[in-house]
Amino acid sequence: MRLDPIISKATAGSAGETGSWRNFRPVVNSEKCSGCKECFYYCPEGVIEVKGVARIDYRFCKGCGVCREVCMQKAIVMVPEE
Amino acid sequence: MRKLLTSNEAVAEAVKMAKPDVIAAYPITPQSPIVEKLSEMVESGELDSKFVRVESEHSAMGVVIGAATAGARVFTATSSHGLAYMYEMCWWAVGSRLPIVMALAARSIGAPWNIHGDHLDLMSMRDLGWIISVAENAQEAFDMTINAFLLSEEVNIPVVVAIDGFTMSHTAEVVNVRQVDIPPRKQAYRILPGMEVALNAVAFGEARMLARYDLARDLEESAGLIEEKFGGLVERYRLEDAEYAVVVTGGLSGDVKDAVDMLREEGVKIGVMRLRFIRPFPRKAVRELPSQVLVVDRANTDLRGVLSVEVAACGVENKNVVAGIGGKYPTVDELHSCFRRFVDGKLSDVEWLI
Repeated sequence: MRLDPIISKATAGSAGETGSWRNFRPVVNSEKCSGCKECFYYCPEGVIEVKGVARIDYRFCKGCGVCREVCMQKAIVMVPEE
Repeated sequence: MRKLLTSNEAVAEAVKMAKPDVIAAYPITPQSPIVEKLSEMVESGELDSKFVRVESEHSAMGVVIGAATAGARVFTATSSHGLAYMYEMCWWAVGSRLPIVMALAARSIGAPWNIHGDHLDLMSMRDLGWIISVAENAQEAFDMTINAFLLSEEVNIPVVVAIDGFTMSHTAEVVNVRQVDIPPRKQAYRILPGMEVALNAVAFGEARMLARYDLARDLEESAGLIEEKFGGLVERYRLEDAEYAVVVTGGLSGDVKDAVDMLREEGVKIGVMRLRFIRPFPRKAVRELPSQVLVVDRANTDLRGVLSVEVAACGVENKNVVAGIGGKYPTVDELHSCFRRFVDGKLSDVEWLI
């Protein structure tokens, strides 16, 4: 009986890099971004880090656009992926 | 010690013997007396278990999964709609390969509404991967429940012990409540505070299929252990020289045996194969049946009964009678005349004893 499928030591990307699912890429305009962290709190994937301005980890961002919706500065735009 | 017990009470006595760390259940007829009895034992201090009251059967199975993951010996019980509500978590339990014991007081599922016994809830568990045992009487309900803890912890597969709703769950019989020393909890893995692991994380690629294969193989292989240590997959009744055989499971087996005894007195060489386990399915035993086979079912899949299809899948052609749905219990005389028609070649391929 293999236990690997049941219990595992998780590492970043071990179940696949979900960024490949994305159709639209959220792009942060760092001049408009106030660093308020609203996007950080709402991001369902936890892929936004805010240090002064928001930075998105595109390896895992699925492009849902929630960050764009909640951004009070309208600092995020959704750009179609190639 | 010999006690007068319903099958529900016999299950509770066996659970007490196994000393589970955690019991979680939601009341549903006809199972409720099992956990009522257990909660009394916990309340009085007779049984040192954590009894978790939950808001649903889905949560009950969730609680025992969580507790079992941390290494607790666990028990739950349900019936009918409760099992339906719990169904999703039954998959998580078995997929996680956790030793878990559940009692099922088998009962009809609505609609139309009915609280009496049949095997429709029970047979909906066949695809899960659980070990499925079915008791014939209160003594076996006791013994099978004890064995369920041992077996489950041996093979890391949840085990359900089914008793027939009302005809067994609420009917008292003399039970030998034997003292059994159950060894300490054994399981393939435990997750404890401080361990940084992911449990049942997403398993793409071949991982999910490998896990499902391992479970299916281990379920099949548990047959050997059941034959060796846990009373076997089937009971053979008057089958030695039989030319005709009736296949049945559960509490109805007693009446089937009585009807077969009547035919024996009339000189018919007929016997009974009672299935003590539905999973793993006793294929080998079924293939050794005499050529004339009648399967008596208390659950149907289409017009045919579930066990009839299972027996046919072993390459054994059979006639089929569907009986006892929603507590429409056949009498011994009705079974006798049905078996007589079977022996005389007058029974249709599938008949419903309504």
